[in-house]
Amino acid sequence: MEHYNMKLTLKVWKQKNSNAAGSFETYQVSDISSEMSFLEMFDVLNEQLVNEGKEPIAFDHDCREGICGMCSMYINGRAHGPWTKNTVCQLHMRAFNDGETIVVEPWRAAAFPVIKDLMVDRSAFDRIIQAGGFISVNTGNAVDANSLPVDKKDADTAFDAASCIGCGACVAACKNSSAMLFVSAKVSQLALLPQGQPERETRVLNMVTQMDKEGFGNCTNTYACEAECPKGISVANIARMNREYLKAGLNSEAK
Amino acid sequence: MSLDSKIPAGEMDKKWTDYKGHVKLVNPANKRKLEIIVVGTGLAGASAAASLGEMGYKVKAFCFQDSPRRAHSIAAQGGINAAKNYQNDGDSVFRLFYDTVKGGDYRSREANVHRLAEVSNNIIDQCVAQGVPFAREYGGLLSNRSFGGTQVQRTFYAAGQTGQQLLLGAYSALERQVALGSVTMYSRHEMLDIVKIDGKARGIIARNLVTGKLERHFGHCVLLCTGGYGNVFYLSTNAMGSNVTAAWKAHKKGAFFGNPCFTQIHPTCIPVSGDHQSKLTLMSESLRNDGRIWVPKQKGDNRKGVDIPEEERDYYLERRYPAFGNLVPRDVASRAAKERCDEGYGVGTTKMAVYLDFKDAIIRYGKIEAGKTGNEEAAHHTILELGKAVVAEKYGNLFEMYEKITGENPYEVPMRIYPAVHYTMGGLWVDYELKTTVDGLYALGEANFSDHGANRLGASALMQGLADGYFVIPYTLGNYLADEIRTASIPTDHPAFVEAEKEVNERITKLMSIKGSQSVESFHKRLGKIMWDKCGMARNAKGLSEAIVEIQELRKQFWSDVRIPGDIEEMNPELDKAGRVADFLELGELMCMDALNRNESCGGHFREESQTEEGEAKRDDANFSYVSAWEYKGDSNWQLNKEPLTFDIVKPTQRSYK
Repeated sequence: MEHYNMKLTLKVWKQKNSNAAGSFETYQVSDISSEMSFLEMFDVLNEQLVNEGKEPIAFDHDCREGICGMCSMYINGRAHGPWTKNTVCQLHMRAFNDGETIVVEPWRAAAFPVIKDLMVDRSAFDRIIQAGGFISVNTGNAVDANSLPVDKKDADTAFDAASCIGCGACVAACKNSSAMLFVSAKVSQLALLPQGQPERETRVLNMVTQMDKEGFGNCTNTYACEAECPKGISVANIARMNREYLKAGLNSEAK
Repeated sequence: MSLDSKIPAGEMDKKWTDYKGHVKLVNPANKRKLEIIVVGTGLAGASAAASLGEMGYKVKAFCFQDSPRRAHSIAAQGGINAAKNYQNDGDSVFRLFYDTVKGGDYRSREANVHRLAEVSNNIIDQCVAQGVPFAREYGGLLSNRSFGGTQVQRTFYAAGQTGQQLLLGAYSALERQVALGSVTMYSRHEMLDIVKIDGKARGIIARNLVTGKLERHFGHCVLLCTGGYGNVFYLSTNAMGSNVTAAWKAHKKGAFFGNPCFTQIHPTCIPVSGDHQSKLTLMSESLRNDGRIWVPKQKGDNRKGVDIPEEERDYYLERRYPAFGNLVPRDVASRAAKERCDEGYGVGTTKMAVYLDFKDAIIRYGKIEAGKTGNEEAAHHTILELGKAVVAEKYGNLFEMYEKITGENPYEVPMRIYPAVHYTMGGLWVDYELKTTVDGLYALGEANFSDHGANRLGASALMQGLADGYFVIPYTLGNYLADEIRTASIPTDHPAFVEAEKEVNERITKLMSIKGSQSVESFHKRLGKIMWDKCGMARNAKGLSEAIVEIQELRKQFWSDVRIPGDIEEMNPELDKAGRVADFLELGELMCMDALNRNESCGGHFREESQTEEGEAKRDDANFSYVSAWEYKGDSNWQLNKEPLTFDIVKPTQRSYK
């Protein structure tokens, strides 16, 4: 891979705290190597700001290998930037050209209030899991692992759904700020496994109720969530959750 | 102070059962009155907090990330070991125990390791019950693979995302307890000190990272599940936020630090590409099952890897270790790569890399696939295509990750790899009950020193984190708390809380008032360089002595010239980082002292003064068969305490992989 250096203009959202009004600030960076990751480019910018006596830009990040789900930047109008099936931390600067202007915003959704600059509060996701994203099994209750065979196809589909990293890109990409992809991935994982059966119906009802309470929007089938999901979670999970929800709703009324 | 490891008497395989049968219990009505603080929510912390909440204790859990699900356990790729013997290949609790003690190069405690092997099976059962989607066979039963050169298939896995799936399982159990009200979760909170009352840990001072305000929290006991300290090297495979702060504060309040110099340097990581590098990415060890490691035979060969003909390649691991070849343990593989690069045979632009090549594996698998369809005479390009498909199925996600980072396609050109800091076997010294030398203060998972000796085997970290949290601490903690049932909750206006908060506040104020000219990041980078150059893969007395002086000098500079922008009472990531780097600047010195003291080579610790004629590591059991437990005595001042190690079952031998 031929490596090159570039000069870039960055327009970054700055917001002091959740109550303050925010605005875009413009920054210039130079000598950015095409081999850097996008967040390393931000490190360079922040180092530059510290040296100039200015305040650096706050952004969430941790593992920098695409699995913790902490990084969250909306770059040039796309959640996690221009590459598909990718997180910001894995985006590399060879995706950009010398002289380009890059616009960076936080996730925008009423249910994800901005904490500072590019950091948002995603605790709504934790509360949705608290509503039912688990199997009620205390430590020590388990039977031998192989006493519960699982159809390999179901196990694989459950795994695909379980690979969600909870970053919230689905919400950020959706014009309605819907969390359906996130919620349906967990509902699907557990509905597909025999262990998840006892709580199958209460789970979907409770998780959807909590999702609505948090202020996430509805799904209007644009599939923007799937297109921007760094783990390629399929919208088929949303269809499955709708079926689960309908069935659970009918059964709960019958009871 | 004498160290009592509290290992139960009796036969090795009865110790844990006997212990559980006689340990004190706390009745349910009393559990409701007892409060437990858990710091860190990775595998150890989340599993402990969930399990203790289920038992009826009042738990408060803390993490610095925005959600407990982000903890760095999530990044573990390869798998988790258990002695299930589902593959009927002769595995047993004894063999897992034996392999782990030997793999740790006889520097771990036998009784702890045996218990780890015993509970390994319960972990798999528990995770499956939680809905963790492990890989399965067509019959619907669990699949296993061999890992890290073991001779049995005992590793359970979920593609290359085992850590993620296990952590999400523990996280869901934790969130369930949060919903039930038995656990209160404090995200974006960082522990900045332990509060001690009458010699016992009774709470913590934490900083709310969003508001910047300090908080006091009481607990009848405190559990530190705060991971390892590999980030002292600046570049490592750890997450950016991984730090030693909680463990270090505990150390300064009386908890001994065990074997601080024992660091695992993992052989298969993506090499450094330039000065901008912020972290290193691990490529799962499973790649060594099929990839062949080589360098050019000619020094300074500038040709591309694919242009170097077969006869001009040196498959140095296969040459030096014919019995194990590319599958030698991590410490051996890492040192061999460093040796080749130091001698001038390295590849890539920086010359600090070796090749990991899948060309032969692709051809081998391609021929097998062609043979299955009776197409023995398949054309070369067909074989390559078939072979690439097999390799993609096994390692597809890793190859994709490699290409994203380097821009090179590893199906066409050999990967470039180099060792990187990955795990720290050292940590807070704990006894059999996981209690530190401070009463009421416990350490679990990577944060303690106990189970991996001088080298950790693959797929053992996940096992240990979950063993400690799900199946050890729920029993051992009762033994302490049973005597605490008469202790009422202590109000946090107690003078000890006031004093601890005052000290934390003064330290933060001091940091902010320096207003110097150099960034926190620049100090961290310089510390990392000293550590990597002088306390890294090969260490010697001269380098270590120099490093100690250099670190002291750097620390002095830090406290007089660091620049931290922003304010205290607000979200201030630079301030958070400054506190962590300040602690690394003290830990680094202790690591060098420990490495200097241990004048033998064992596991990941290689002292150049202690090697065989062929350049292999030479252990010195006569003089160093002990755990170094360092006691903090003030600035740059530590006292060494030794816990002698005895081996009743697994008799120490020199490891050989020839």
